[in-house]
Amino acid sequence: MSKFKKGKKGMPAISTASLPDIVFMLLFFFMVSTTMRETDLLIKKPALPVASEVKKLEHKSLVSTIYVGKSKDTRISGDKIQVNDKIIEVKDVPSFIYSERALRKEEEVKFMTTSIKADKEASVGTILDIKEQLRDINALKISFSTSKGTDLSKNYN
Amino acid sequence: MARREVGEINAGSMADIAFLLLIFFLVTTTMDVDSGIARKLPEKTDVQPDVIVKEKNVLDIVVNRNNQLLVENEYVKVTDVKGLAMKFIDNGGGLGTPIDGKPGEPCDYCGGAKDPNSSDHPTKAIISLQSDRGTTYGMYVSIQNEIEAAYNQLRNDLSLKKYGRSYDALLQDYNDNPTESLKVKIDDLKDKYPQIITEPEPIK
Repeated sequence: MSKFKKGKKGMPAISTASLPDIVFMLLFFFMVSTTMRETDLLIKKPALPVASEVKKLEHKSLVSTIYVGKSKDTRISGDKIQVNDKIIEVKDVPSFIYSERALRKEEEVKFMTTSIKADKEASVGTILDIKEQLRDINALKISFSTSKGTDLSKNYN
Repeated sequence: MARREVGEINAGSMADIAFLLLIFFLVTTTMDVDSGIARKLPEKTDVQPDVIVKEKNVLDIVVNRNNQLLVENEYVKVTDVKGLAMKFIDNGGGLGTPIDGKPGEPCDYCGGAKDPNSSDHPTKAIISLQSDRGTTYGMYVSIQNEIEAAYNQLRNDLSLKKYGRSYDALLQDYNDNPTESLKVKIDDLKDKYPQIITEPEPIK
């Protein structure tokens, strides 16, 4: 028995047995809280054009995103417009914006921005149609979503 | 002594594994920042105000469905747009817009050629971007980007001359710490070089 007593008696070490639990808790917190509500794209993922003079979009909660791109089905040509989880026509854009506005507070409405995420192969006609619809309902702040870069030559040809 | 049948698994490294996972998620879940070219659409009004604009105050940019560009009826490349736009905006060949009934004044901060056949004043210079419905969006954004770059460069230059800091730096400072004095400077630069971009009906 005496051989067990030879250790010097001092402060007992703090048990780290619960450390994994704490870390797991943090882990789960981050795993859960950082899942974004990423809309499932029904269209082909738009290849965003590159631009150098970009501004970051402030107030993410006030941004409504409109996707423009080709259909996943290659047999269907032309640009498709997607908002939230459905594909819509140009004339339905105002009702989308109205529904987005209904979710926000009234005083925030004028700060709302519409972000257009369009494929670089999309035609300008579609974009201009959307812009016209947005003008009609006074949703005037828009942002052409781009990725940052300096080599613009990939945008065309 | 030999009571232990199955040795307990050492859980000491569990924390390390969990930390590893935690760091992995922390790093990978950085959301892609949404950035883009910001534009403000013109308001729709019922009354169309009759504004007479001199032709020399308009820089005509036309792009067709084959992504070919005409600036003032000359065939150019996208990379030329910035230079042409800057030259046009900064020309300062005449008088500015009259403010509050006072007659317009010549541009005292322009560094342009003062060519009487180009724009009168930055506050009068209008850039008109006419696109075709069949133009690709990438091209359209590239041109918008070049126009934006021209304005930013002019504002930067003026800002460096007047305040010793670039316009971008001022904006950055304002973002971090919005003060009244910074806002005055930024608004002043924006007034000196206002972005006047018009987009006529696209070519069918």
